[in-house]
Amino acid sequence: MIWLVGAVVFWGLAWALNVWLAGSRMGQRRAGRIAVATLFGVTILVLWEGLVRGFAVPPVILPGPSVIGPTIATSLPVLWADFVQTVVKGALTGFAIGTAAAFVTAIAIDRSPFLQRGLLPIGNFVSALPIVGLAPILVMWFGFDWQSKAAVVVVMVFFPLLVNMVAGLQATDRLSRDLMATWSASYWQGLFKLRLPAAMPFIFNGLKIAATLALIGAIVAEFFGSPIVGMGFRISTEVGRLGLDMVWATIAVAALSGSAFYGLIAWIESRVTFWHPSQRG
Amino acid sequence: MKDTLTTAQPVIEAKGLQLVFQTRDGPVHALKDVNLTINRGDFVSFIGPSGCGKTTFLRAIAALEHPTGGSLTVNGLTPDEARRKRAYGYVFQAAGLYPWRTIAGNIKLPLEIMGFAKDEQEARVARVLDLVELSGFANKFPWQLSGGMQQRASIARALAFDAEILLMDEPFGALDEIVRDRLNEELLKLWARTGKTIGFVTHSIPEAVYLSTRIVVMSPRPGRITDVIDSPLPRERPLDIRDSKDFIEIAHRVREGLRAGHADE
Amino acid sequence: MSDRAIPVLTVVAGIVALWYAASVWMNATWVFDQAERAGTVVTWAEVVPQTMAQDRPLLPPPHQVAAQLWQGITGQAVTSKRSLVYHGFVTFRGTMLGFGLGIVLGVSLAMAIVRFRVMELSVMPWAIISQTIPIVALAPMILTLSNQLGIDSREVPKAIISAYLSFFPVLVSMVTGLRSPDRIQIDLLATYGASPGQVFWKLRLPASMPYFFASLKVAVAAALIGTIVGELPTGAIEGLGARMLIGSQFGEPLIMWAALFAAAILAGLLILAVGLVERMARARMGVAP
Repeated sequence: MIWLVGAVVFWGLAWALNVWLAGSRMGQRRAGRIAVATLFGVTILVLWEGLVRGFAVPPVILPGPSVIGPTIATSLPVLWADFVQTVVKGALTGFAIGTAAAFVTAIAIDRSPFLQRGLLPIGNFVSALPIVGLAPILVMWFGFDWQSKAAVVVVMVFFPLLVNMVAGLQATDRLSRDLMATWSASYWQGLFKLRLPAAMPFIFNGLKIAATLALIGAIVAEFFGSPIVGMGFRISTEVGRLGLDMVWATIAVAALSGSAFYGLIAWIESRVTFWHPSQRG
Repeated sequence: MKDTLTTAQPVIEAKGLQLVFQTRDGPVHALKDVNLTINRGDFVSFIGPSGCGKTTFLRAIAALEHPTGGSLTVNGLTPDEARRKRAYGYVFQAAGLYPWRTIAGNIKLPLEIMGFAKDEQEARVARVLDLVELSGFANKFPWQLSGGMQQRASIARALAFDAEILLMDEPFGALDEIVRDRLNEELLKLWARTGKTIGFVTHSIPEAVYLSTRIVVMSPRPGRITDVIDSPLPRERPLDIRDSKDFIEIAHRVREGLRAGHADE
Repeated sequence: MSDRAIPVLTVVAGIVALWYAASVWMNATWVFDQAERAGTVVTWAEVVPQTMAQDRPLLPPPHQVAAQLWQGITGQAVTSKRSLVYHGFVTFRGTMLGFGLGIVLGVSLAMAIVRFRVMELSVMPWAIISQTIPIVALAPMILTLSNQLGIDSREVPKAIISAYLSFFPVLVSMVTGLRSPDRIQIDLLATYGASPGQVFWKLRLPASMPYFFASLKVAVAAALIGTIVGELPTGAIEGLGARMLIGSQFGEPLIMWAALFAAAILAGLLILAVGLVERMARARMGVAP
């Protein structure tokens, strides 16, 4: 009972503090914003722990953060091996290949309005399809190891990236293209000096979508067969053995790597497209 | 420069020029039977209501549009050939600067495309920035500058590669009157210093009269020239010349020309 | 419309041709292996027809998939466990549940975020982070959790995963939409002495509607993906995701492919339906389609 009351009281206090912070001058600054968001995150953890202890939830149903934390600390080698298998070998390799393929395709069809008109609606449609469904087929083709996971990721990220790149390359205004024409710029000069830089906001938009898809693809593909290492494998086996603390530990690693990957791309974006109105803000 | 004035070498020659756009509602005669000769060092303004073909004519000179009849030559070449010889500096109504390049970087852009040497690029950027009085802003980004300054930068960009013809399509149309007056004055100084041939599209009668050695009055449907007025004003023109009798007379004649164009409809 | 039809059809024809070529190439290995085992020699002229009609092809050619799909849709009563219509309906039901939940969650969070600055500062960053977390990692977890809590229905965990993926596009668009009225419009209402509630109902909410409908297409596609992912790793017995799983476990590629294409058709229908609703709503609000 004391845990429950404690958690709720903490919630109330933290919320009051956040309301005050958000209204104060601190809330306008970066530090203040981070503080408010962090406090909210901590509140959720405290509430979670309080509920688990207060209602005496058995750890086979929902372990509290105080159980998951030590599990992470003691299973670092296993978690690291899973991370390398799933994120580095599966997701990142697939992401790199898929990005390169989409880029090359976008440039290749750039000169053909016919192909663009044909591919864009199809690309848009395929982007909305549950491509993850290809996972079992690709596992059948490429085997259980990371190659099949990378293949799933390639297929998943390709179309959203292609659509964004083609749209981005079309995003220049008539005035800029006319200027290029008055200078007698060649096709490649126009591409590298005008259209590619102008396409960057679109390309990064696609990359951010692809970043979240990449991890989903790599993990789902492991549900259809994997060597005895990898985050998807760990989750499905530990759920079966009721080792839920390990499942949550893996989820924490997945969440952390997903956010870090996304954050990295967003950071590069803010460097590359510093000139875009959305980044100047 | 005095010589070029007296010998009057033709730079741009249009004879019986036609330009028809095919649209869904049928053909549109953007230009019909346009005859005009522009000499070296002229400052020619094109004025008329929208749809009279003034912008189309300017774009045809720069080979951005292709005439469907008649002839158009630039230094005896076709507009396309002249473009490949980098004969034009074009200034649009919007500055059209790249937001990801600094002011200096933007001015350097055509120089990179045309393959100037690195140190030559730097020297030219410094020179034209000085010409448009933006020297202190080389490393600013366009979005950090006011509209008037951006337009000055775009003029500097058009000047950077020393094209002999400067084509300006309502370059000051989006600016307020005070900024516009200043830029008009500066443009005249620039013209005097560089001796370039300038084609200038505008909606404003005072602007056309103040700037030009010749004023071409056009009217729409089909787009055609209704009057060409040679300005008797001296080349040296302070702003208050706009209160002189000569100025008011020419402005009057331009207005009459525009009205006559409308009366035919 | 027609200026798009020809390019699209050309590209589709190209894909089908490539697919056939790939089927021949990938399935030929099996034919050659069989021949070698039987001690016979086969020519390419004999191989190609054999690649077109295997029971367990590595890559079934389009007509085999189409036949399986047709058989799955019309071959039996729609209530049969072997009918793709039945499984498609299960998936559709899950998608709609998740979609609905996602809309409610997205819209109410957006309203709170626009109204209270503290909500924006504390919830918005976590909403963004929530989308970078691979939800599939949570899927088996949510399932056990709801099982242990005595929720027997498989619909609930599926709907949760589906809502988790679909609330985000709605949230982002609604926040943008509710903030889209400019200063002048808000100031005008202020000169009428409008209350904050009136500003919300008469200005912010109507102004956000185009944004809302634009987000629905993305959200419904996300909801479908969430539902199928929710069916995949969980040993579910119903739904298109479960069919894929069964095909994978029993080594029946044709079942997998048919389920995959059924999912694609479902996605197409959902997007079409949402597009129709969007068009109708826009027409009623007087926005040109």
